[in-house]
Amino acid sequence: MSTLLKVENLRVSFPTHRGRVEVVKGISFTLGRERLGIVGESGSGKSMTGRAILKLIRKPGLVTADKLEFEGIDLTAQSEKQMRSVRGARISMVMQDPKYSLNPVMTVGEQIAEALVTHQKLPRREIEARIIAMLEAVRINDPQRVAKLYPHEVSGGMGQRVMIAMMLIPEPELLIADEPTSALDVSVQAQVLDIIDDPVTRKGMGLILISHDLNSVSRYCDRILVMNSGVVVEECAAGELANAKHPYTRGLLAAMPTINESRDELPVLDRTQWAGT
Amino acid sequence: MNAIDLKNLDISYGDTKVVHGVNLAVAEGESFALVGESGSGKSTILRAIAGLAPDWTGDISVLGRARSHGVDRAVARQCQMVFQDPYGSLHPRKTIDSALSEPLAIHGLGNRDERVEAMLKAVGLDQRFRFRFPHQLSGGQRQRVAIARALMLEPKVLLLDEPTSALDVSVQAEILNLLKRLRREQGLTYLLVTHNLPVVSFLCDRLAVMRHGRIVEVAGVDQLKHGQLVEAYSKELLAATEGANRAAG
Repeated sequence: MSTLLKVENLRVSFPTHRGRVEVVKGISFTLGRERLGIVGESGSGKSMTGRAILKLIRKPGLVTADKLEFEGIDLTAQSEKQMRSVRGARISMVMQDPKYSLNPVMTVGEQIAEALVTHQKLPRREIEARIIAMLEAVRINDPQRVAKLYPHEVSGGMGQRVMIAMMLIPEPELLIADEPTSALDVSVQAQVLDIIDDPVTRKGMGLILISHDLNSVSRYCDRILVMNSGVVVEECAAGELANAKHPYTRGLLAAMPTINESRDELPVLDRTQWAGT
Repeated sequence: MNAIDLKNLDISYGDTKVVHGVNLAVAEGESFALVGESGSGKSTILRAIAGLAPDWTGDISVLGRARSHGVDRAVARQCQMVFQDPYGSLHPRKTIDSALSEPLAIHGLGNRDERVEAMLKAVGLDQRFRFRFPHQLSGGQRQRVAIARALMLEPKVLLLDEPTSALDVSVQAEILNLLKRLRREQGLTYLLVTHNLPVVSFLCDRLAVMRHGRIVEVAGVDQLKHGQLVEAYSKELLAATEGANRAAG
C-alpha cells in the first residue's frame, strides 16, 4: 500500500491570555489509499487535525509538524499560492453543514463548475456534462433541474450531496470529510456515506472521515484513531472497535444507548480521569 | 385523563399543509416518542401543542383542557418545551439566573430565589453557574439550563424536540439519565421528538412513526426492541439504525 499522507508530531496551538494552548498535541499517523476514521468528542482536536493538513488554520493559530508530507510534497514548506493548487484539486474537504458552506447567491451548478474550472481549463459543454454526471453520481434525481437551483431551494441531504459533488469533481486523491453527515437524518446518512465510499473503492481515493459517531465510523472505515484532548488515545482496526482497550473509548461505547436498551441508567464518562474536555 | 389528546389535527404553514389528520393520545405519566425523517411533521406537532404553530384545525387538549389558538397561559403552566439546539435556545445576553426567573415573573410566582436554586440543583448544575452567561457554559450544561427553564413552572408535560441530537454521545448519556431521573422524581409526561431510535428505546414507553405529515404506525417500545414493527416504512427506519449498530457491536 503506497503512502499518501504522512503526519509526524503534528501540533496546533492558539494563544490565550494565559499563554498558548495546544489543541492538537503531537499526533502522528500515516495514511495509504484507505479509509481512516478519526473519532472524538467536541474539543478533542479532530477537526483541527483535518484543517491543519490543508493548512487552513489562520493566524494566530500555529501549526508545527516534524513531517507533513502528501505524496512526497512537504506541505509545511508550501507557500499559500502553492497550497491553492493542492487544495481542492488533490486534497479536498467536505464540511459539516451545507447551510453555511454553500454560497447562497450562486446556483448549485455554478458552484460545482467553479470547483472544476479553478483547477483546469475545459470547454463549456464538457463542464456542463461533467456537472450533470457528477450530480448523477451523488444520486440526485433530475440533475438538470437541480443544477439551476439555489442552495436554499434544496433540502439538507441534497445540499450535503451537492457539497460532496463539488469536492469530488476535481477527482482529488485525498478527501477529508469533517462530520459530513451529522446535520442529516439517519435515513439519509447512510446514503451520503455510500456516495463518499464509492470513489474510495473505485478510484483508490484516500479518505479521512472525522466524526463523533462511533457507529458510522466503524462501519465505513478500515482503521480508526480515537482522539481525546488533542492526543490519539487509541488506534485500532474498525472491526476491532468493540474490543477497544482504552477506558475513554470503552466509556464512549458504553454511553451509547442501544436499540434493545435494558439498562436503567447509562454509564457516564468520568472526565477527571483524562483531565480533558 | 390523557396528558395530551390530539384529534384530527391538521397543521399548516401558510398555504402548505404539513400535518394531516393526526390522532394521538398520550397517557399521563407516559413517555411517548415521535420518530421519522426531517420534514415528516413531528416537530410541527410539538410546536402546535406549545402554541408556536398557531395555524391548525382540529383539537388539541393538554391534561383535559382544550388549547386555544392564541397564547394560552393555563397550558403554558402545564406544558413546556425543550428545544434541540442549546446554543440557539438561550438568550445570549441574559444570565442563567434571569433566564430561569423569567417564567416565574411572567406567571407571577414568588419565592424566585429559592426556586432557581432548587432547580439548578435538580438538573445537576453547580450554584456557581447561576450568574454566568450561556457562552460560558458547555453544550451539555446549556441543555441542562434549557431543561431547568422548562421545569421552572413545575409543568406536568414536557415537549422535547431532539433534546440530545446536538450533543456528544457521553454528554447525551448524561442528559438522557437526567431526563429519566426527572421523570421518575416529578411524575412527568414526555412527548419526545427524535430520529434516534436507541434514544427511544432508552427513554420511552411507546412511539409513533411519522412520514409525510401522517402517523404511519403506533407501537410499544418492546416491539421496537424486538424488531417487530409492522409497517414497511418503520422497518426501513429500523434497518437504517440497526445496520449502523451491528457494525459497531
